[in-house]
Amino acid sequence: MKHAEKELASLKDEIGQMWRLVLSQLEKAKRAYLDSDVELAREIASREKRVNSFELKIDSDCENCIALYNPVAIDLRLVLSMMKISIMLERIGDFADAIAKYIIRESGAAADDTLKAELRVEAMLEAVTVMLADSYAALDTENTKLSGRILAQDEVVDEIYHDAVPVLAEAIRSGRISAEYGLKTMLIIRKIERIGDHCSNIVEEIVFYIDAKVLKHSKSAD
Amino acid sequence: MLETININFWYGAFHALKDISMKIERNTVTAFIGPSGCGKSTFLRLFNRMNDLIPDTHLTGECLIDGKNIYSKTVDVTGLRKNVGMVFQKPNPFPKTIYDNVAYGLRVDGESNRGLIARRVEESLKSAALWDEVKDKLKKSAFELSGGQQQRLCIARALAISPSVILMDEPASALDPVSTSKIEDLIHTLKRDYTIVIVTHNMQQAARISDRTGFFMLGELIEFNDTKKVFLNPDREETQNYITGRFG
Repeated sequence: MKHAEKELASLKDEIGQMWRLVLSQLEKAKRAYLDSDVELAREIASREKRVNSFELKIDSDCENCIALYNPVAIDLRLVLSMMKISIMLERIGDFADAIAKYIIRESGAAADDTLKAELRVEAMLEAVTVMLADSYAALDTENTKLSGRILAQDEVVDEIYHDAVPVLAEAIRSGRISAEYGLKTMLIIRKIERIGDHCSNIVEEIVFYIDAKVLKHSKSAD
Repeated sequence: MLETININFWYGAFHALKDISMKIERNTVTAFIGPSGCGKSTFLRLFNRMNDLIPDTHLTGECLIDGKNIYSKTVDVTGLRKNVGMVFQKPNPFPKTIYDNVAYGLRVDGESNRGLIARRVEESLKSAALWDEVKDKLKKSAFELSGGQQQRLCIARALAISPSVILMDEPASALDPVSTSKIEDLIHTLKRDYTIVIVTHNMQQAARISDRTGFFMLGELIEFNDTKKVFLNPDREETQNYITGRFG
């Protein structure tokens, strides 16, 4: 393997490590939310800095690759995609951290399992976790056929998000939850919906890297 | 417009160019890239019949400029080379003054009007982005110029006889980055008035300056495409392997 190839392989390996870390943060956020597990939430918050460090390192490595190796064709697409994907992974890491902090802040409030079930947050968290895992599999196996499935999952996430608004509004109106709690919960649901959007954007970058196709701002993948 | 149709070329028994067909539009820059010995310089030299000077060579197919086969027996080769200028890898000024280098082609062509020659020398040096640097030393020897200036002088010499096509065979490979940058800027400017075909081993240079890029390998034209396409998403795997350094 030539030196430039080794650098690119190392870049891909690094993004894989970041991906696994963010995926683990997201899976833990899901468990912490469902079990109202404050300890687990604290663990997520403490590992957030590692996600940020990965982003800085990958950003710097991408700059070096461009400056030193002048990548072209598939190599250039790889570097450009990894730069963008690391930013999106970092944002997903931020959202996992925000969910963790929400769990820590609201730990004193009595858990309303019925409301959780009505909001379908578990399904939403499950969907975005699968999206993130599948998008990593798409990159790792260079298989863009997974893109259609991942983008379809985002529609499920969007649907749950839109359905949550009237459920929360009704819970606030009826006095079942405070307006403050309702608004904070809505913010968290919004963040999970944004995770789905970032996963979709990541898939678009993977398709750009592998197939040189631009899916951005188009309705769906081939 | 330049066009080749099923060009085959042999050095003795060695089949150097294999069935190459290509169209090059007017006022474009076309770059040929490929590993050493792939045939790109041989192909470039077809367009002003420089290969005629090499013994024991053989050509089949057609090479057309503006629809006329330049290998037809009726073609005046001197006239062809006036129309298709060439700049080589190593600057090759004549052992004459800067002025006489540029005026040389006009005088050989029988031009004796001193005023007209002076105007053409100035225009050519300006077009080659060299005028400001040499206007006060036109009577000095061309050898007093730097390598980059000598190469621009050679370009001015080619421009003086008003060609429509300029062939460049690695014109910046012997130059430092500053001189290379000046040659590249010059190529951009010259495209307005000339059709330029360039052979280069510097792929970033091909990417920077050309509109279309042809990738040659083992005497075959593997891919001929828009330069942006070649360097972002080439059609052929061989091209991708070469430009990303994975070749061989």
